[in-house]
Amino acid sequence: MQLAVWTYEGPPHVGAMRVATGMKHLHYVLHAPQGDTYADLLFTMIERRGQRPPVTYTTFEARDLGKDTADLFQQAAREAAERFKPQAMIVGASCTAELIQDDPAGLAEAMDLPCPAIPLELPSYSRKENWGASETFYQIVRNLADKSVTPRKGEVALVNILGPAGLGFRHRDDVIEIRKICDALGIEVNLVAPLGASPQDITQIGAADFNIVLYPEIGEEAARWLEKTFDQPAIRIVPIGVGATREFIRSVAALAGVDPAPALDDDGSRMPWWSRSVDSTYLTGKRVFIFGDATHAIAAARIASEELGFEVCGLGCYNREFARELRETAKKLDVPALITDDHLAVEEAIAEASPELVLGTQMERHIAKRLGLPCAVISSPVHVQDFPARHSPQMGFEGANVIFDSWVHPLVMGLEEHLLVMFREDFEFADDAGASHLAAHSPRTAQPEAAPTPAPLSEPLSAPEPANEGELWTADAQKELKKIPFFVRGKARKNTEKFAAEQGLTQIDLETLYDAKAHYAR
Amino acid sequence: MSGVLPAQTPKEARPILRERGQREVFCGLTGIVWLHRKMQDAFFLVVGSRTCAHLLQSAAGVMIFAEPRFATAIIEERDLAGMADCHEELERVVERLLARRPEIRTLFLVGSCPSEVIKLDLAKAAQQLGQRHLPQTRVLSYSGSGIETTFTQGEDACLTALVPEMPELEAQSASRLLVVGALPDIVEDQFQRLFDELGFENVGFLPARAARDLPPIGAGTKILLAQPFLTETARALEGRGGEVIHAPFPFGAEGTAAWLHAAARVFGIDEMHVNRVIAPGRERAKRAIAHQREKLEGKRITFLPDSQLEIPLARFLATELGMIPVEVGTPYLNKQQLACELEQLPDTVRLSEGQHVDAQLDRVREDRPDLTVCGLGLANPLESEGLSTKWSIELVFSPIHGFDQAGDLAELFARPLRRRDVVRV
Repeated sequence: MQLAVWTYEGPPHVGAMRVATGMKHLHYVLHAPQGDTYADLLFTMIERRGQRPPVTYTTFEARDLGKDTADLFQQAAREAAERFKPQAMIVGASCTAELIQDDPAGLAEAMDLPCPAIPLELPSYSRKENWGASETFYQIVRNLADKSVTPRKGEVALVNILGPAGLGFRHRDDVIEIRKICDALGIEVNLVAPLGASPQDITQIGAADFNIVLYPEIGEEAARWLEKTFDQPAIRIVPIGVGATREFIRSVAALAGVDPAPALDDDGSRMPWWSRSVDSTYLTGKRVFIFGDATHAIAAARIASEELGFEVCGLGCYNREFARELRETAKKLDVPALITDDHLAVEEAIAEASPELVLGTQMERHIAKRLGLPCAVISSPVHVQDFPARHSPQMGFEGANVIFDSWVHPLVMGLEEHLLVMFREDFEFADDAGASHLAAHSPRTAQPEAAPTPAPLSEPLSAPEPANEGELWTADAQKELKKIPFFVRGKARKNTEKFAAEQGLTQIDLETLYDAKAHYAR
Repeated sequence: MSGVLPAQTPKEARPILRERGQREVFCGLTGIVWLHRKMQDAFFLVVGSRTCAHLLQSAAGVMIFAEPRFATAIIEERDLAGMADCHEELERVVERLLARRPEIRTLFLVGSCPSEVIKLDLAKAAQQLGQRHLPQTRVLSYSGSGIETTFTQGEDACLTALVPEMPELEAQSASRLLVVGALPDIVEDQFQRLFDELGFENVGFLPARAARDLPPIGAGTKILLAQPFLTETARALEGRGGEVIHAPFPFGAEGTAAWLHAAARVFGIDEMHVNRVIAPGRERAKRAIAHQREKLEGKRITFLPDSQLEIPLARFLATELGMIPVEVGTPYLNKQQLACELEQLPDTVRLSEGQHVDAQLDRVREDRPDLTVCGLGLANPLESEGLSTKWSIELVFSPIHGFDQAGDLAELFARPLRRRDVVRV
């Protein structure tokens, strides 16, 4: 048993729902008790979908157990086929139905349904949401792909875009960017799947000359099968960031046998200049902590270190399936890799690293808020804020522009940083108020959200005011510490105390403070 | 049910549409979201699957993201395969939890669908753990599983688990009033002030703000239900000598007045005195409600089954705001507890119990009510079909009981309609 307060991933059948909801004319018959319908709100509320997810829940109760739950399943499947007339169905069990072992696959097969019914085996007690999405998509492709179809190999290259799904972090907008690149290169898109594809479209998946795997968490398994079955090569470069986008374009162009220049010369790519312009000097060496799904975390690490000149001080992901890839990146950056789905462990690691910016999921956003750190969200799990009304991709050159803005805005701007230092002695200046644009992040004025924060489940992380401060710090040193701007004060305090401990000092005076500053100067 | 007042018989036997099929409702675990806020010294440990954890996070996570006093012990493959003993594993998790959170005074082990199906005996586990941790921590159990409970029935199950823990009222004590159902503190305080002014001497609330501070119960304790979904709790309280007062539920000016009157009558409090005491609140409530009347009068409303609050709320909207209930669905209809409510509902209402969501949505599309009260999974899909909706979950999470919330309650229904008129995109 694992104690969990918040989880990064839902159960695997929620992954299957993300595939089903992303697709068209597909229906999911889920053997599940009352209550599992909560998952509908992920799509209708968080993603603001105007349609119910295409899922029928059998809704069995305690009194049905051992009696007619199998009948309930068949009845639900029959009604769903009649009412929704899907081109295909996927059938499976949620965690509770898995325990009663009704075998939805066998039941569906025995029913002679008017459309193909694809059975899903999603082990709820060992797997999670991403795995469930990946397995579901793979089963759909494997079961529906018409094997008599072969790659077109025509004059114009034909490509499948694999991985985007319902409830994905900016998937909607990423697809637009990738289509734009394909257009610029003169490549035709056979299908995007699961997002927007119908079972009928999937039958033609073999017609493409190659595949683009945008989100390996969902698309990789299917891509591997397509590689084997249709001899379709796959592009696995995830085009998040300017460098990765350039590599992606070159690889796609090479496979399609076209000139990459039309896509590379996108004059909408502002991020490189924004990063080189003088105001960005202050970004140099900012310490960032990165956590998310492996794909987004790895991409963020590259952007942070190569394209923004940040120092990555922590890197991790919650999906073990991609731990190897993440570890490689962490090794290159010489930081420890944090592979965990325990958000308390992540909170501890962030507190320990004292970054100046946190790039994470909605969980890390809340952790950062508690710790008074600026944060930008880079990955699922998603929140209603992650579905903005405007176009806001992560991929392609426009994605890089968006990333520049969304990562840099939470930070104190270059000139503003100096102005804060200049004016902080003025009585008009309210140091504790934080930077003007940081209303949401301002560390001193931050109020607990809705509920008073009870004692955390973990041991206290880093008490902002150590109990023995009065003994450790001399009055002079303490006064001096207060002159340091609030957004680096915590770091300065921590470094100084660490330095003092290393030097075996029992007291921190002015000298120690500045010795430590010199010691940690970069 | 042995009532203090004879249960009033409905005007006539109404036809009730009973349906079976997909239910678009939360399970009883969801009650943890408000119960843990009410009982500040209690912790709720769900013994379940990743789905349970995900449900709590999805239902609650958007509203509260402080370190919560609830968590899930997620059953894993090794627990099921017999590689680990579930009881030992649970013990390990509980020990770790209590070591880290020594301020927990009551720990609820909450059963889920998977724990029920594998027949994990949480009552026994609670007893064993309780023996070890009393007096510091009391360990109780109840089931919030979807195979047994619908949404607010989770609160019913939780309160039922508290009943045996309530101290026995000393014999020959003056008769007491016990108000049952989790109310926001501010509402509880308002009622307490009213009961004081009315001259009630011993008033208890279940749940109490501190789960360790339970009110006593005994022969002659009069039970005043503040929520319409507490069937099992009422039964358990009756088992300990309590007597349920039949009353409408305290929604709106008239509902609240009738609720207070019913309690006062049982205690022999002079009716004129009651009228005098409640007059200011009742008038305030009427004034507040009047602001919304223009918007709501004559408007047709459908309730999809959700919290069991549907019938009392439909009564409030029909009698005090002039709304026309079209269909009122409820997951479970307790005719006896709702007798006073049912008789005030117009005859034209279609009452339904249970759910077949697709069939019910077909009826909504045909009825085209001005407002449909439904769960979060259905609201946007109906809005996109041009049907205005009100999220039912807000009715459970917001303070809506009593005189001083009557205006807010009416406003919750008026806002979607006002918005529909204001927005021009």
